[in-house]
This record gives sequence, C-alpha cells and structure tokens, in this order.
Amino acid sequence: MLAIPAIAAVACLFSSAQGARWIALIATLIDLVLGIGLWTSYDIGGAQWQFVEDAGNLGIFSWKLGIDGFALLLVMLSVFLMPVCIGASWVAVTNRVQEYMAAFLFTEVLMIGTFTAQDLFLFYIFFEAGLIPMYLIIGIWGGVNRIYASYKFFLYTLLGSVLMLVAMLWMANFAGTSDIPTLLRTDFPVKAQTFLWLAFFASFAVKMPMWPFHTWLPDAHVQAPTAGSVILAGVLLKLGGYGFLRFSLPMFPEASAQLTWLVLGLSAIAVIYTSLVALVQSDMKKLIAYSSVAHMAIVTIGLFAFNRQGIEGAMIVMLSHGLVSAALFLCVGVIYDRLHTREISRYGGLAINMPRYALLFLFFTMASIGLPGTSGFVGEFLSLAGTYQVSTAITLLCTTGIILGAAYMLYLYRRVVFGDLTKDDVRAMPDLSLREIALLAPIAAVALWMGVYPESFLAPMRKDVATLEARISRATPAGDSLPTPGKAMALPVQHAEARP
Amino acid sequence: MNMSLLMVLPEEILALGAIALMLVAAWGGQASTRMVSIVAVAVLVGATIALTGPASYGGDAFGGLVRGDAFGAFAKVLIFGASAIAILIAPRFFAAGRGDDLRPEYPVLILLSAAGMSMMVSAGDLLTLYVGLELQSLAAYVLASFMRRDTRSAEAGLKYFVLGALASGILLYGISLVYGFSGTTLFSSIATAYGEGRSLGLTFGLVFVFAGLAFKMSAVPFHMWTPDVYEGAPTPVTTFFASAPKVAAVALSVRVAVEAMGPATDQWRQIVIFAALASIIFGAVAAIGQTNIKRLLAYSSINNVGFVLIGLAAGTQAGVAAVLFYLTVYVVMTLGSFLIVLQMKDAAGQPVESITALAGLSRTRPGLALAMAIFMFSLAGIPPMLGFNAKVAVFQAAIVAGLYPLAVVGFVASVIGAFYYLRVVKVMYIDAPAETVEGAPLAVRTDPVEGGLIAVMAAAISPIGWLGLASLGGATMVAAKALF
Repeated sequence: MLAIPAIAAVACLFSSAQGARWIALIATLIDLVLGIGLWTSYDIGGAQWQFVEDAGNLGIFSWKLGIDGFALLLVMLSVFLMPVCIGASWVAVTNRVQEYMAAFLFTEVLMIGTFTAQDLFLFYIFFEAGLIPMYLIIGIWGGVNRIYASYKFFLYTLLGSVLMLVAMLWMANFAGTSDIPTLLRTDFPVKAQTFLWLAFFASFAVKMPMWPFHTWLPDAHVQAPTAGSVILAGVLLKLGGYGFLRFSLPMFPEASAQLTWLVLGLSAIAVIYTSLVALVQSDMKKLIAYSSVAHMAIVTIGLFAFNRQGIEGAMIVMLSHGLVSAALFLCVGVIYDRLHTREISRYGGLAINMPRYALLFLFFTMASIGLPGTSGFVGEFLSLAGTYQVSTAITLLCTTGIILGAAYMLYLYRRVVFGDLTKDDVRAMPDLSLREIALLAPIAAVALWMGVYPESFLAPMRKDVATLEARISRATPAGDSLPTPGKAMALPVQHAEARP
Repeated sequence: MNMSLLMVLPEEILALGAIALMLVAAWGGQASTRMVSIVAVAVLVGATIALTGPASYGGDAFGGLVRGDAFGAFAKVLIFGASAIAILIAPRFFAAGRGDDLRPEYPVLILLSAAGMSMMVSAGDLLTLYVGLELQSLAAYVLASFMRRDTRSAEAGLKYFVLGALASGILLYGISLVYGFSGTTLFSSIATAYGEGRSLGLTFGLVFVFAGLAFKMSAVPFHMWTPDVYEGAPTPVTTFFASAPKVAAVALSVRVAVEAMGPATDQWRQIVIFAALASIIFGAVAAIGQTNIKRLLAYSSINNVGFVLIGLAAGTQAGVAAVLFYLTVYVVMTLGSFLIVLQMKDAAGQPVESITALAGLSRTRPGLALAMAIFMFSLAGIPPMLGFNAKVAVFQAAIVAGLYPLAVVGFVASVIGAFYYLRVVKVMYIDAPAETVEGAPLAVRTDPVEGGLIAVMAAAISPIGWLGLASLGGATMVAAKALF
C-alpha cells in the first residue's frame, strides 16, 4: 500500500500532464481497493495489532508497520479521500501537474505510514515528512497569499513537533525501545509523565488544531488549492487526534487525568469562540476552517472524557469530520472554479440554477451541523454523552457551540444558495458536472451510512477502545457532574466540584 | 619503530606524494596541472587504502605522539574523501573563472592540508596537534587567496591568516599553560594530571585550548572569520573549507576533550554547551538575512557545528558516535550543496552566488532543484532525510547524558534554522524563474562527474540512505569505542 503511491509518484514526475493525472488516479484507486481488502480481512476481536510488517532495525529506528482498529479506520479515510482529491484537481490544476500529482501521492504514502507506524521514530518521520509535500502544495499551487501561509504552516507545526521529539527520545531511553506496542504497556513515572504529556500536547495541539494554537489553519486552508484543503481537513487534522489516542492517553494516563481540565477548558473555549468567529466570516473557506477547529474541539473533549462513549464518539467525529468538511471544501471548490472568488456575498440564489449542487451542499451542511441520520450526529452525540458523565458544565458549553454551529452553517447556506438570483455571472454558472457528482456522491453515501448504521465503524475499534479504557481507568479524572442513575457505571469516584 | 612508521603510513603517503608533486609542478609548470590533479587524487585514494593497515588499530606510535585507532581512521576517511572531491571539482570552476587559471599548486596544497588534518585527528600529544593544525592552516591560508587577481579572495586569505594566527596564539598559550601545570604534553599524562584534582592553571589552559579549537571549528564566539572567508575564497576552496578541516577540527576537539581532558569533563562541558547553543542560535538567526548563497552556507556550517558540539557535550561514547555520524552526514550534505552552488553560472559562464539566481530552478533544472531541496531539508533536519537522523543521534546522546534543557533549546532553535533553508526551497520551487541581467542562470550544462556526484550524494541523504544507516551506525560505534 505504501509502495504503490510512491512508485506512481516517481512515475508521475516523468510523464505528461494528462498521463500524470491518470497515473495518480489509478494508483489511488488501487490503494482504495487494497484498503477495502484490508478492512474486510481485518479480524474484528482478533489480535490487537494485525498485518504487522517488521523489516528490522535501521539505525535508531526500526521499520515496523501494523494496524489496530483506530489505525484501520483512519487509513480507510485516507485512501478514500485520496482519489477524491485527485479528481478535484483534475481540471482546476493546470500548472505543473506532474509535480502536483507526485506531491499528493507522497502525501498519501506518508499519511498511511503515520497511521500504521509501530515505531516511535518511524511515526515521527512520517508525521514530519508530511510537511514537505504539503508545504509545496500550498506554496506552489495556493492562492495569492500562499507564501506566508506555507511558511506559517510549516514552521508552526515544526515547532510543535520538535518538543515531541525530545519527549520521544527520553521515552526511548527510559524504556530501552522505541516499539510502540511495548511502550503502550510501559508505566512511566508520574512526574515525568507530565512533562512528556505536555511535549506531546504541544505537537498534537498544533496539528489538531486546538485553540489557541489554531491560527495557522485558516491561513493554510484559505490559501491551499481545493484538494489541498480537502486533504488538510480530511486527514492531516486527524493526526492530532490520532496522536492523543495513540500516545497521550494510553502512555501517560496519570498525566492525562491531571491535565484533563486544560484540554476540556481549551476545547470549550474553542467551540464557542471559533463558532462565533465563523459566524462573521465573509470567506467561505475560512468559515469552514473555523468550523473544523470547533469540530476538533468536540473530538478532544470526547477523548478526554475518559470513557467508552467519549472515545468512540471522538473517533466517529474524526471520521465524520474528515468526510464532511472535505466535502464542504469540495463544494466551495466547485463554485470557486466557476467564479474564482470565495466571497460569500458574491453568490446567492444558487438553488435556482444549480439544484443538484444545492441538494448535495444541503446534505453536507446538515451533516456538519449534526442532524440525526448523518454521521455528524452519531459522533457528536456519543462525545457529548461521554463528556456529560464527567462535566455537565463543559457539555453545556459545547452543546451551545453546536447550536452556534447550526447557526453559522445555515447562515452560510442561506446566503450562498437561497435568495434571489440577482447576479448575472452567478446566473450563468452551470450545475454540477458528472465528475463533480462522482466526487461528492460517494462521500455523501458514506456519511449517510455512518449516520444510519454506525456499527460498521464502531465494531473494528470496539476492542481497542476496551483496551484503552482498561489502561486509563486507573486514572479517571474526578468530574463535576452529579451522579445520576444509569450513568454511574463509568465513574468509580464522583465528587461534586472536585476539580483541583 | 618499524611499527610506528607503518602506523603513520597514510600521512607518509600524503607528505611524500605532496613533495613529489610539488617538484613536478615546479618543473612542469602550468601544463602539468591536469596530471598533478589526477595523481593527487590517486595519492588520496592510496592513503585511504593505507588506512586499512595498522593505522586503524595499531595504538600508540612514536611513544604516544601519534595514535593509530579506529576513531582517527573514521575521520580520515571523511577528510580524504572531501579533499579528493575538492580537487575533482576545481578544474571546471577555474576554467570558467575570471582569468585566474588553476595552477598545479592547488592539488599540492590540498594534499599538504590533508596531511596536516590527518596528523590532527590522530594526535596523541599537544605538539603533534599543533604541528598538524599549523600545516593544515598554512595550506588553507594560501588556498583561500588562490585567485590572485580577485580582491575578495585576497581579502579572505589575509583575514583568515590574521585571525588564524591569533587563534593559534591562543591555542599555544593554552598548551603552554597545560604543559606548565602538568609537566607533560602527552594526552595520557595530561589526563592523569587532570584526574588528580582541580588546579587553576590547568583550568585556564583548558579554556584557552578550547578557545583555539573553537576558532578552527568556527563555533560561536570565534566564528567571525567564517562568512567572509567562505564568501571570498574560490568556491571549490570553500567547499573544501566547509568539509574536511571542519571534520578534522571537530575530531581533534573530541580527542582532546576525551583523551586529554576526560577527567575534567565537568569543566569543559559548560564551555561546549555554551558554544553549542550560541552557534546554533547565532548561525540560524544570522543566516536569515543573507542574500549570498555562500554566506548562507557559511552560517549554516556554524549552525551545524553547534549541533555537533551537542554530541560532544554529552561526553559519552554514544555522544562521540553521534558526533561522527553527524559529521558524516554533514560532510555529504555540505559537499552536495556546494557542488550545486558550483553549477550556478550565468549565460556567460561566470559564477553567480546570489540566492535569487536560484529562482525557478525547479522548472529550468528540475533534477538539480530536487537535489538542492533534499540537501536543504536535510540540513534543516526534516525527516525522512538523513540530516534528521543525525540530529536525533546527537540529541539522543544529550538526553541519555541528562542534558534536557540543552536538548529542548537546541531543538527549538533548529526550527529557526529551518526558516532559511526553507527559503531556498521556496525560491527554487515557488518563485518564477529569474529574469534579471544574469539572463538564464545555469545555462551551462552540468559536468557528468559533478552531476554524478550530486546524484549519489542526494540519494545517500534521501530515504534511500536508510539502507546504509545500520552499517554507518556500527562504524561510528566502533570508532567511538577507540577513545574510551
């Protein structure tokens, strides 16, 4: 799976523009098929780590890959979105196509590598190397202000990551190995955990991105080409959540418990603050970027609820957000390709001349809001249900944020799609082409599937969630929610207002 | 005695080869340049082959004046390799130069310098150290001003000479203090003297010796000559300066620190930590404003020496192994970057050195741009390039030694450094091709030898180089073991 895009990327560099497009599309589709094969042959309830591939030691790190339920789902998300990205840039990118396609294929290699790495340093290598193609994608094919955005993206995320690297070196030295499954069973001293946790937090909070470390995201999104935004929102943002799930929680349970207040507090602020900011945006991409920050905050509160519902919910929100925000960026891309502006006020009344577009856009808007029946609902509900057991106050704030989310998304939709068709150039815009429908429809189908029957997505990770829960249960943070019948099972000790 | 002579076989080959070639050059004149160059490279190859003999395992020679061990051999391989490349790349640069032809003295001087460096890295005595250092430096001063008609080159040579003489003075003063308070110049006996307890005189001697060595390594605060000399010297010479003498100076410092002053680790560690952090931060910040690619690479080399010193600050066997690992990767990265600088020529074949001349390189010369991008990302320490592995190795050593603040500050400062490396990539990949007076830059085609070298080096630094990581790591461990 890693080899195919890598080989194809090299092939792209040496082919014509049209050839590169086809090579990239075929390579990503092969990977998608491989991914589906992986999913169907994944043994639910079997060993924790499956499809392990160990190629021995290479100096300080070893080449070892393998997946568990979390990794499987995120790999699926990556391989699913990749062909979509290639398709989205089929006609929009005309400049240096070969290099563009190669950069995307390398990104795919690195993302799959990040999710499957079984070695601390290998993980870091994939994690960081992803910056290079993304830097080039934003820098070369981005908007007007692309150079500023690409620098900000690169340096901001690099700064977060180097601290994590220091922590990794310490851990490898302490445990004598950089093997992730072994480290997952290692108990680090509580005192050191706090520092390690903070170092990892610095990296993942930037990647995630959590408020107040999110400022790179709107810039990067606005300047990136459509497919760049899709991959950024769809997969790269998930790296932060995956990192929390893979490293912070199971490796430093005590520190996570101690610092839960920090994460929950920042997340609550993020949900409200970014939703309010999104409400006043005049740029469509910026609006969706801010909504991403709000959704990611729901992920973090779910993760740090320290119970099964929260973690499952967080995973579903990640997957759902990966699909929905990717689709929303595509929707923006569709009309951007026609009118070359992202100003909301330049549009209006699209429902009249682009009915099919309006329908799909409506579906994704609803999924983003979290309408029951869509993927967004399942995830947000589970996350908040998990959080409710820990803190009613935080849940209350986050729910308010979701209401605000409905407000800004509907407001966006109304301004773009409804109203009178007053502008001539807007009136001239054709409806979705077959290619665009082929891009958006599968995403809609999966989002709907996830909303109606989330079990397919919950099942592969159920056992891993149980393992994780067992691992962190010894350090469940004291919550401030009142004990209520039926909710008490997840919390051994509950004190009213026991937050330090 | 016989054994001793065998142990310095590489140095003998170099010295005799240099003298013989000098005679050839004196009688043959300009016409012999090509032949002298070829023979000089052969001499370096011969010296490298001689390293497989007792030079790499023999132990003390001449009563301890010189040591033949794996550590010295490892450093010598790097030094000889870099010297050979410095000779190989020269003809084309001078052929297109500003009227100063390549003269046969060039390879001879490089050989003499290599002999000096070879003595430096296997010195077992302060006097050997000093003689080796001076032999290397004197050849280097001449090389810096090799283009006689170019004022910048002359300025570089003079500046290098005056400041180098000052540094030598400082170093000699330190040596005299150490000798005065320990009564010996032999490293092993000095170590005993340091082990016997603190003495103010010995501490002073240590400070001065390290100051002198820091100059040779161009570590902050003794770095000020570096940008000017790098900019002024002919590019092949700069390539040489940035690689071989750097390796020699660092390896020598490691040897002095560990073999002669090992018992005083606590005393020199503060100096090394300061120099390391100052070099990393200063090298990174000062490079941001540079417009000349050679100056930029000069600051980059200051920056990199800082990272190397982090490994030394650990003061452990793993630290020394990390230093050697870093040096290896550094030499390849630096040689590669300078080789690309050598390709930068305008339509008339004149060398250009401004960073903006690289604009749009990815469209005009995609292969060259890709190689440069690999070197830049590697210098910045971004995975999956090998520069990342090298940085991790030195920081790992620092963390194992418990130097956490050093590791954290060093890493954060490396992000500042990433900015200017990134700028070079930006210029090449994002900016439009230069439409300046310089016309179409890089109009001249790349020489197959140089192109091949660039390709091999870029491949070695890219993830393809992972394949060699395990064996390189093993070699550095063996080499580091020789010191402990």
